[in-house]
Amino acid sequence: MEYEPVIGLEVHVEINSRSKVFCACLNNFHSPPNSNVCPVCLGMPGVLPVLNVAMVDASMAVGLALNCTISRWSKMDRKHYFYPDLAKSYQISQYDLPLCHDGYLDIEVDGASKRVGITRAHMEEDTARNTHTIGGGISGVDFNRCGVPLLEIVTEPDIFSADEAFAYLTALKQILEYLNVSDCNMEEGSLRAEPNISVRPKGSTTLGVKTEVKNVASFSGVRKAIEFEIKRQVKALDSGEAVVQETRGWDADRGITVSQRVKESAHDYRYFPDPDLMPVVVDDAWEERIRQSLPELPQARKRRFREDLDLSEYDAGVVGMTKDLADYFDAAVVAGAPAKQAANWITGEILATLAERKSDITACKMKPEALASMIGLIGDGTISGTIAKELLPDLIESGGDPKAIVEERGLVQISDSAELEELAQAIIRDHPGPAQEFRDGNKKAIGFLVGQAMKATKGKGNPKLINQILTDALSQE
Amino acid sequence: MSAELFRLSAHETTARIRSGDTNAREVTESYLAHIESVEPKVDAYLDVWREPARARAEAIDAAIAAGQNPGPLAGVPVAIKDNLCTREGRTTCASKMLENFESPYDATVVEKLDAAGAVLLGKLNLDEFAMGSTNENSAVKVTRNPWDSDRVPGGSSGGAAACLAANEAAFTLGSDTGGSIRLPASFCGCLGMKPTYGRVSRYGLVAFASSLDQIGPFTKDAEDLALILAAIAGKDPRDATSADLPVPDYSSTMRDGVSGSRIGLPKEYFTDALDGEVGKQVDAALQALKGEGAELVEISLPHTEYAIAVYYIICTAEASSNLARFDGVRYGYRHPDAASVEDLYRLSKSEGFGLEVQRRILLGTYVLSSGYYDAYYLKAQKARGLLRRDFDEAFTRCDVIATPTSPTTAYKFGEKMDDPLQMYLGDIFTTSANLAGIPGLSMPCGLASNGMPVGLQLLGKPFDEAALIRTAYAYEKSGAPTLGPAPLG
Amino acid sequence: MAKITLEDVDYVAGLAHLTLNPETREAMARDLGSILEYIDQLERLDTSGVEPMMHVLDVTNVYREDTVGESLSQEDAFKNAPKTDGEYFLVPKILDGE
Ligand SMILES: [Zn+2]
Repeated sequence: MEYEPVIGLEVHVEINSRSKVFCACLNNFHSPPNSNVCPVCLGMPGVLPVLNVAMVDASMAVGLALNCTISRWSKMDRKHYFYPDLAKSYQISQYDLPLCHDGYLDIEVDGASKRVGITRAHMEEDTARNTHTIGGGISGVDFNRCGVPLLEIVTEPDIFSADEAFAYLTALKQILEYLNVSDCNMEEGSLRAEPNISVRPKGSTTLGVKTEVKNVASFSGVRKAIEFEIKRQVKALDSGEAVVQETRGWDADRGITVSQRVKESAHDYRYFPDPDLMPVVVDDAWEERIRQSLPELPQARKRRFREDLDLSEYDAGVVGMTKDLADYFDAAVVAGAPAKQAANWITGEILATLAERKSDITACKMKPEALASMIGLIGDGTISGTIAKELLPDLIESGGDPKAIVEERGLVQISDSAELEELAQAIIRDHPGPAQEFRDGNKKAIGFLVGQAMKATKGKGNPKLINQILTDALSQE
Repeated sequence: MSAELFRLSAHETTARIRSGDTNAREVTESYLAHIESVEPKVDAYLDVWREPARARAEAIDAAIAAGQNPGPLAGVPVAIKDNLCTREGRTTCASKMLENFESPYDATVVEKLDAAGAVLLGKLNLDEFAMGSTNENSAVKVTRNPWDSDRVPGGSSGGAAACLAANEAAFTLGSDTGGSIRLPASFCGCLGMKPTYGRVSRYGLVAFASSLDQIGPFTKDAEDLALILAAIAGKDPRDATSADLPVPDYSSTMRDGVSGSRIGLPKEYFTDALDGEVGKQVDAALQALKGEGAELVEISLPHTEYAIAVYYIICTAEASSNLARFDGVRYGYRHPDAASVEDLYRLSKSEGFGLEVQRRILLGTYVLSSGYYDAYYLKAQKARGLLRRDFDEAFTRCDVIATPTSPTTAYKFGEKMDDPLQMYLGDIFTTSANLAGIPGLSMPCGLASNGMPVGLQLLGKPFDEAALIRTAYAYEKSGAPTLGPAPLG
Repeated sequence: MAKITLEDVDYVAGLAHLTLNPETREAMARDLGSILEYIDQLERLDTSGVEPMMHVLDVTNVYREDTVGESLSQEDAFKNAPKTDGEYFLVPKILDGE
């Protein structure tokens, strides 16, 4: 039988507020173990949580960016289960009334557009971190991460392949980065994706039994885990076995998922509204304030790059990849750089240079205004593209005003015709062979002669002018 | 002169310290000596902070000598229920689970007492985690009623009531979830107030039922209630459920009298189930208030019969959640033999918690568990809305509601321990105020023929504690007979 | 509705992570049964159309500003820890899916 997979994704995003979600501890779990902890996030007797308003703002921003409806009235609930990483033995979360619901995200897969429904995005707190490296049959718990604000984003079962899941995660991450609400670092766990997968006979409209996969540490891991699960489930069904509804762990080393036995009662979470926290009520004004504060989002920005600035699909995609890069590009254009040339420099030399240094645009010392100025210097013939390329690594490394540097280093292009005519005669004299080839009709031979002239001027000769003078000289003979 | 300083009220104490008539150190010594003599018979304290109290009293005296204002409770000795977190000493909730717990922070009310210049004498016994009506559920010891050592002081703030009745502090603080201040106040013949939910910060009160718990004072008279409530009330940024409302000057409105005030008598409370002796004393108190110009009107609170059922669903559900955190990982009792995480939880909880606490955790877990939420918890929340509506309607026809605090006077030890349901039904008159979130106080209104105090409960509109204090003050000034000191006081 | 079986008691004791000895187990079944039987009088009460009262205070949107305050010193953080190496709170080894 032929099967088709149906996939949903739950993504947990750690919000990068300054302080934790219910207490004033520093939101940074890189600190030494158990140093950002207080009575509240340690779940000491007698403490009370107070919701960080920055969490509500950030969650609403994500919800709006994902085209969600923002609940006018929502509340915080307690979700009960026992685990050493949970300080109160309940997690404060949102159960039946999430802050954001019923949104969507449009993604592109193989050039086709596809809409993934967002069921909900709700606010909760992260748990502590367990370490198993202590030995002696003992685990250690570090509560620095306990109480870090966490947004859970849940999709509809709208995803039908591992590639679509990958595209969704990439697009989601891009939006989160654009919003600057999270570090989005999967290895460090500030972004965690848990796919749920089922398969059904092709053409069927009912859903199969699903499994949920945990412990996936990268987007490509998610892709691999989904592919594995699809194969495993199809194989089970083909051999007449049932798929068991369960949680499975991804074993990245072996490339397989493994059943995690969890007691049935572990899912009886006994949710009820947290009496310690007051309802979150969002009026039109609050929602509008957040909407106004949203940056231009990746899709809209790419469209503008294509349609208004006439970039190619490819260039728009690369330049719009991250908000920082797109901001850089926009700033260069505002500073007067022609859009296409700015895009060429960014997607070409600049990103290549940064990639060599394993760095990104945020580390680029060359201001967007400097890029515009450099492009201007090429445009008005002050320097050649060759000189510009030579200057670039320094500009990226140390910054500075390109015009001043060009003048200071005497790199201004030689456009003095008399000087260049004298040089042309010398080149023709020294390279009679190529000169003759040109005269004999091989017009390409001019390239070699121009190259020699550029070499002689250490790249400062105006290549266009040299070409013209050489052509004239050889033609006049 | 200094002989019986421990008999003074809080306002008399601080007035005499300020006037230079006595000083904080002298007052503190008077209490410490009295504690020494009566505590073996009462057993109200879990811990007496002798040296810290002396040091604190001296600091207050020094501040006064230096011309500073040490606050409205300058030099007044206070003791607090041991479910209020203090950096000093331990905070045990009278439970094996927390027998060694040293809080790294002070409850907001403790900070406020400090700021007001009070002198903390120590921590008081309670039913384990404030669950009980007699104090017999303390895992540490039994506190006796200063009026009759064969009888319970009431609960769960039994230590706080007995301590005050025995004059072992000038005032005390307790907590009230379903009557835990008012019932023991009634049993021990003192004043006790549960403020409106949200009036006093709960930060640092070890939670029993978060939507019902309130901290409140036990005092020797109404004037002290005014003084102390003003000192501990107010918005706290650490408690999202504390109300952002101004705190009135209760001491000035206290003297306004009750002339023209309408006192509502709910017919559902004055039934045959009421002990005749209790009814007689309550009646006399109401007549005294009438004599002061108050008007008595009959009212109805039609959903009263459901209050206990609603209360035990909500309080146990919230308790099962609040007490889940005691797992032996970050603090608290940890069983030495735990070989797995599952063992660690099971052994530590089963040995750390007493039976009544376990009973309530089980009941609360049951009513929240899958399939039962709607029938129990959700239904109770709706009924709670109806109970509140009863009060809102009643308060359109009266200013204050008066009822007995308890159907009976203090029980004998062991009398109610066998049947938890009978014990729960003893809270019949007090739980409604917690469910509706309204303020209530209990004040002594005479002795029954068994020699035990009877309490009159006054209930008020939300945040109208002033009306309750004014009524209590009017009663005290009406010339009605006072109780006099308790035999063990 | 009520009537609590020993299996019910075992289920909730499991959820609450309590171990009951045989005697307590039966006493709890009896006590919970009689309390729930009393509670079941609520079935008589018509609550249709009544909103559940989650908070007695009619207050919404209570927040803290996103500012960093003081955390506990290591000494205070571990002061009450039954088992610690001064860096972590220690527990018996946690197994996957436990
Ligand atoms: Zn904290």
